[in-house]
Parts: sequence; C-alpha cells; structure tokens
Amino acid sequence: MSTDTTAGVPAPAPPDRGRGARGDGLLRPVLNGLRRNMRQYGMLIALALIVVLFQIWTDGDLLLPRNVSNLVLQNSYILILAIGMMMVIISGHIDLSVGSLTAFVGAVAAALTVTHQMPWPAAVALCLLVGAAAGALQGFMIAYLGIPSFIVTLAGMLLFRGLTEILLKGQTVGPFPEGMQKIGNGFLPEVGPDTNYHNLTLLLGAVLIAAVVWQEVRDRRRQQEFSLEVLPTRLFALKLVALVAAVLVVTLLLASYKGAPIVLIVLGVLVAGYSYVMRNAVFGRHIYAIGGNLPAAKLSGVKDRRVTFQVFLNMGVLAALAGLVVAARLNAASPKAGVSYELEAIASAFIGGASMSGGVGTVLGAIVGGLVLGVLNNGMNLLSVGTDWQQVIKGLALLAAVGFDVWNKRKSGS
Amino acid sequence: MAAPVLEMRSIVKTFPGVTALSDVNLTVRRGEVHAICGENGAGKSTLMKVLSGVHPYGTYEGEILFENEPCRFKDIRASEQRGIVIIHQELALVPYLSLAENIFLGNEHARRGFIDWNATLRHATELLRRVGLDEHPETRVADIGVGKQQLVEIAKALSKSVKLLILDEPTAALNDEDSRKLLALILELKKQGITSIIISHKLNEIRAVADSVTILRDGRTIETLDVKAPGTTEERIIAGMVGRDLDHRFPERTPHRPERDAPAALEIRGWTVFHPIDRQRKVVDDVSLQVRRGEIVGIAGLMGAGRTELAMSVFGRSYGRYAAGTVLKDGREIRTRTVAEAVAHGIAYVTEDRKRYGLNLIDTVNRNISLTALHKVARRGVVDEHAERQVAEGFRTSMNIKAPTVFEPVGRLSGGNQQKVVLSKWIFAGPDVLILDEPTRGIDVGAKYEIYTVIDRLAAQGKAVLFISSELPELLGMCDRIYTMAAGRLTGEVSRAEATQEVLMRHMTKDTKGTRSAGSANGTRGTRGEGVTR
Repeated sequence: MSTDTTAGVPAPAPPDRGRGARGDGLLRPVLNGLRRNMRQYGMLIALALIVVLFQIWTDGDLLLPRNVSNLVLQNSYILILAIGMMMVIISGHIDLSVGSLTAFVGAVAAALTVTHQMPWPAAVALCLLVGAAAGALQGFMIAYLGIPSFIVTLAGMLLFRGLTEILLKGQTVGPFPEGMQKIGNGFLPEVGPDTNYHNLTLLLGAVLIAAVVWQEVRDRRRQQEFSLEVLPTRLFALKLVALVAAVLVVTLLLASYKGAPIVLIVLGVLVAGYSYVMRNAVFGRHIYAIGGNLPAAKLSGVKDRRVTFQVFLNMGVLAALAGLVVAARLNAASPKAGVSYELEAIASAFIGGASMSGGVGTVLGAIVGGLVLGVLNNGMNLLSVGTDWQQVIKGLALLAAVGFDVWNKRKSGS
Repeated sequence: MAAPVLEMRSIVKTFPGVTALSDVNLTVRRGEVHAICGENGAGKSTLMKVLSGVHPYGTYEGEILFENEPCRFKDIRASEQRGIVIIHQELALVPYLSLAENIFLGNEHARRGFIDWNATLRHATELLRRVGLDEHPETRVADIGVGKQQLVEIAKALSKSVKLLILDEPTAALNDEDSRKLLALILELKKQGITSIIISHKLNEIRAVADSVTILRDGRTIETLDVKAPGTTEERIIAGMVGRDLDHRFPERTPHRPERDAPAALEIRGWTVFHPIDRQRKVVDDVSLQVRRGEIVGIAGLMGAGRTELAMSVFGRSYGRYAAGTVLKDGREIRTRTVAEAVAHGIAYVTEDRKRYGLNLIDTVNRNISLTALHKVARRGVVDEHAERQVAEGFRTSMNIKAPTVFEPVGRLSGGNQQKVVLSKWIFAGPDVLILDEPTRGIDVGAKYEIYTVIDRLAAQGKAVLFISSELPELLGMCDRIYTMAAGRLTGEVSRAEATQEVLMRHMTKDTKGTRSAGSANGTRGTRGEGVTR
C-alpha cells in the first residue's frame, strides 16, 4: 500500500484532522476517505473488482492455487520491466527497446549455456552485464548526445531484435541447464514437517504480514507526528485488515500448491528496494525532479545527464533480468520472445498512474497496473476469449484507466 | 465628461469556498483609458473574465451594461461580437504561423472553407500598419520579439472591430522601449475612439496613459480616481491598494560597513559570453564587477542588456557559450563550469522565471526546498524525511510561506509564496553569494516587502547579494551600490548616495562602442533618456 505523497495529491485537510468521525457509521468515513485518495486507491479498487468479477465468471477457477501460481509466473517479467519503465517514464523519457532487449539477452543466455556450455551462474551474471551495457549505450546517447529517447530506443528495438535473430540464426535454442530453469518456474524448497501447506511459504507470508503491519503503523504514526491528515482510525483498521487478508489469501493459495515461486521472491525484493529508492534515495528524488521540471532541476545542481544515464542503465539491467526469466520459463531462447513486452510495460506504468509529461508515478503503481493487465489476460484465457478480443479489452482498460485519471484530476481542479 | 460606455454594477462572483468578487462596481467612460489596479488576488483578472464572458452569464451576480444595453455573454465569442476584446497576459499566438494567419485565427477570410489569401494579406497589412508594426504579414510570429508580438495581438483585436480593448498587464514582459511604443499605441487608439481598460502593476505607466484608475482590494471596489487630478500620486494609489499608508516601501537598510582589506566575496573579471545560437554575437562583453560580504549590489539594465545572461553563465555556464573571464571567490579563482561546482563554491542563483527555472510545480514545498542540498538531509544517499520536513517547517515559519502544510504542491501557492519557496531552497543551500534575478517580479506589494526584509537579513548575516532588477525604485531602496549594463557591457557604477532614477537611466541607455551590433528585435538601441514612463 502506497503512502507516497508524490503521486496522490491529497485534497485540503478537513478540519477534523481525520481523527475518525465518531458516530457517523463506517460507510461515510470509508467513502470520504476513498474520495480523497482516489488517485492512490482507484486502481487498487479496480484491480480488486476485476479479480472478483473474473472469479465469478470463471466459477472460481481464477483463484485456484495452481492458477494463482501461474498468474505470478506469467506476469513476473512484465512486472520487472514495469518497475524500470516507471522510472524511465517518471524521468520524462520512454523506452521502446525493452521487449527486443529481453529477447536478445535470452539469446545470449542460450549461446552461453547451451552452445558454449558455460556454467549457468556465470552466464546469468554475464547476461546482466550485457543488459547493463545495452542500457548504458542507449542511456549515453540519450543523456550525453541528446538524441530523443523515443528515437534511440526505437532504433534499439529494431537493432536488438535483429541481433537476436542473427545470434539464434532464426532458430529456437534450448533447453537450459536445470539450475537456470528454476529462475523462471522454480519454487522455494520445502522444509520442516509435512503439513498440508508449504511451510517456508507460510513463514514468509507471516513475516511479510508483520512487515506490512509494522510499516503501515509506523507510517501512520509519523504522519500524525507531522500533523498530516491520516485515515480515520476505523478506516485505517479496515485498510490493515484488507491488506493482511490479501497477503494471507495469496500466501495460503501459494502454500497449498507448490509454494512461492522464486520469481515472486525476486519481484518482492525488487519492489521493496525500488520503492525505497524512489521515495527515499537522493537518486530517486533526482529522477522526480528532472521529470517534473528539467530546467529547474539543472539550475538546482542536479546532474541531470548522469541521472538519465543511470535510469536507462538500470532499465537495461532489469530488461536483462526479465529476459532471463522469460528464457528460463520457456526453457528456450526464441527469436520471437518478448514481442510487444515494451508496450505492456508502458501500459502498466500508465495504468498505474504515470504521467506522459513525467515527474509523477510510483513503483507500486506500476505493479498494480501490471497486475490489472495480468489478471485481465489470465482471466480472459480461462474464459477462452480469443486474443483478438483480449487486445480490444486491454486497449479499453488502458483508455479507461488513464481517462479516469484525467477526469479525476480535472474534477479536483488541479 | 463623456457618457459611460460600460457599467458593471454590484458584481459578485464566488468560487467554491472563496468569494473572488464581492460587490464590484466599475464605470468606464467612452473613449478613455481606464486602469485597474490592486494587489495580486484583488480580483482584477476575475472581473475582466466576468466582463469578457470567460465566466458566462449566470455564474455571477450583478449586471453589466455595455453601450446602455444589458449584456449576458455566454462565452468569449459573444463578448467579441459586441466589440469587447481581451488580451491576456500570456500571449495567445501560434509561434509557427504567420502574422496574418495569427491575426485572423478563428476568424479567417475564407470562401467555402478555403482561405482567401489575397484578402487575408491585404487586410493584415492594413492592420499591422495601424498598430505601427513594420513587418511583412507572412513573417512567422516566432521570428519577431515579444514587444512586436504584443502589437500583433492588438492587430488581432482590431480585426474584430474592437470597441473596448482589455489589456491584462500588457507590458509585463516588455522592455522599456517596447513598453513605450505599446503605451503610445494605446493613446493612438484612444484618439481613434477605442476605449481601453488596462490592468497594470506599474503605477508610472498608469500615470502616463490612464485617464482614471479603479482600485480593487479583496474583491471590492475601493475607489475610482481621476489620474490627472493633482492629488492622485503613486503613494495615493498604493495606499488604496494595500489599505494602509505605505510611507516606506522598503525596510530600513542596515548600513553596510565595508571591510576595506578583505577581498570581495565574489569578483568577476572580464566575463564574455556569446549567444548560444547566433555565435557571432557577444551577449556579455568584458564585464568585471565585485560584491563584498554584507553588501547588496544592484545591476540595472533594460531588457536585453545581458544581466540574466551574465548571471546564468557565471552560475555553471547555464547560458550561452563561454568565451573569457574568471570568477574569484574571496580573492581566489574558482571554477564554476557546472551548476554543481558553482553551488559547491557557495554561489546561488535565484532565477527570474520561477515557474520555468525555479520550481518543480507538481512537487511539494518540502521537496522543492531540499532539492538543492539534499545531501544535507541525507545519509549515504538516503534522505531522512524527518530532517527534511523540519528544515521545510523552519522555512515555512521564518519566510512566512503561506501553505497549509509543507506537503502542499508548490503549484498551488500564490506567486509571492512560490518566490519565498525558491528563496528558501537557495538559502538552505547555504551560499555566501546570492545572485537574485528579479526576485519580486509579479508578486504583490505585501509579499515584496517581506522579500526585501529577507534580502536585508541575508546581507546583515554577511552574505554578498547581487540584485538584478528592472524596477529602479527597488534598486534605489535596497542597494549599497548599483552597476548598470547596456548591450552586454557594464556602463556605470553608482553609489547609494549618488543614485537616482535619472542617473541610472542615463547609464542604462548609454550608447556603447560602435562595434556593437543592434542585436535581436529585443535588443536595446534606445539612447533617448527618459521614457514616457519615468
């Protein structure tokens, strides 16, 4: 749950400082709270709604343990890309090359491990370096040579796609060593006594719940200390319960199948890490600053070129990671891998609250946006909706999300 | 006295939660130039929006009579049909279209949807001549200076057979020469029978062109004065605007006692910069100056004199192409090739354009303040939000920034409060030298006074202040010494004792050597002494 003040511009504080409107029932404060935090919670509610709808439509198939596990595995790479893409978009740029770069890194991984028999951990490290190099190259041209990012990464999109086909000679290459496959579709190992659930996943879930509760309570206390408006007590309790319930449900679902997928752990670490960086690190602040007003950031002594360069370098590394996950999951490097992933990542960022002009957005928003698309995909697959109609619906979802945002902003008059 | 052409009676306009206008009355006589003035937020612009139909009939109370007929405009087009045309502060011209195309934009000479170019060009030439603009109608708007663009706006208004012309701060972006021309044009149009309403902050302009002035304060009409009457002085108008006698517009300056032996805090030697695009043109030409600790030193000059360009190029070469010159801090040469280097050497530059160069408007007050020196509230690259907030709260109190919390987006604050945020962010950076570029531009009288107080306090703390301003009274009121610039060169240095507006203006319009090119459309060529405004 995001408490970031950057994306959600809170409405003017009400006189009661949100100490809970007593005797007002539960519904009124809930609605008021929602109205005031529409930007923050709007997409989360939409996501919940989509989940519930598909759960009904698929007669409960959506939230079957196996399907939830699948959902995570299927969407992990888009979510990884969405994190980096969000940062790129906040900085006021765009990256169209990530889909091709994912495929290219997959091809490199195949060349190293399958063709040249290199041990997979070394190959993974090398692949991440390749991603960093690709990102650095593009970042250099964008930041230091001043070529627009749209052009550089459009070129990169063609270039890396071509290099992928050259490297693979148009063939699909596989399979990967077993260890590497685990990155894409492995699960946490099982420990301890035989319960009906996956023990380590349960433990992890419990730790996560504790962490979430602690974080929320601490945030709230800090906001109160800053005499900022906080959610009314009951609403806050409701939010906590909802959060805990969500984590608990996912944990139980995963634990009753094969446990938590390894990518989910990787993703969790990435989300936590990048959220922290974007909110608290000087680097993150500088990204918001150059995206919000580049000339002002420059004149404030922000090293805008270096920040831009690093944002693209970072995107390259994340694209490489996504490439490894995709390759490992398919257990093969394919010339057609990663097609239109860049668009899904960009859509995720915009559904999740990014702004075309930069300066706005959160990592968590990108994840929520990615999940909205992911659940739509998965749900429609379960309902055997054809890919033709899937595209139509996803397009409409993107329009609706951004349209809602624009409407909401206009209504609040900011 | 001519009969009233416009009467606005008991106008009340409320926005959710705010009453912008409560009982405003305005009577404008036929053929006069009527000025409206008041502090920011007094309701001037809202009143004009009510008049021109931006706020349509029904969203306000009260009545409007134009030429003795009641008006119920539903949009701008309706008011334009009656001959009421408003020219906004931000010009509404399309830069890459020609003058002629702009003049008739939305009002094209067309037959069956196709433009009649002959009629368009003929008519445009005529209108351009009428506003005294000697440019070909097919010239692109982007290729002429701001002063001329303003004239194009007026030509556009004339094309709509304007009877009542409303100008919202028409000279805010113009240099003295262009302002003079524009004001002369307004007088010329007056002879042709066009009534004008001008909103202005510049009292001297009001005195120069207006026949009467209506003063608004807090959404009410305070009074309407006859400008030509002997009792109507600038002090009189200011008193009406602020509602109190303002015998001192500037704080008492703590006199500066220079330490003769100590080297200057900032010294610039032989600074020369070329224009970023026109590489032959020297924008700053061999400028040398010094500022000592505790001293406030002014730089006066007309637009195009190179003051901002000098400041920005010294501050991390943020403008133009550096050619020559050195910067010394406390007698030692320093490098200021990037903004970061300049900041590290204790130099701060507070921009003249806070929205574009000063602030991230979508971000909060506290994050804007901390941006220049994030490292001061961060440890190992991680920002301590608690410390950051305390810093911001400190400035909110000490600078009297009016914001509900420090987490308010700066874009929602008024101009004066935004300026205080920009100042805070640079004070937080902890500089020894502050270069302030038009620090009171576009903010109201009360906030100006607060800013002056802050500047005086900074000097008293031993900081060196370089104060760039276009408002001569402000320089005279605040500075210990004043340099003047013209066409990129330093043309004079005047002490506090000998400085008067006339002396400064003489230096600012000094014709520098014949080697100087005329420069752009905005270049200063004038050698005429006093403008119509001084």
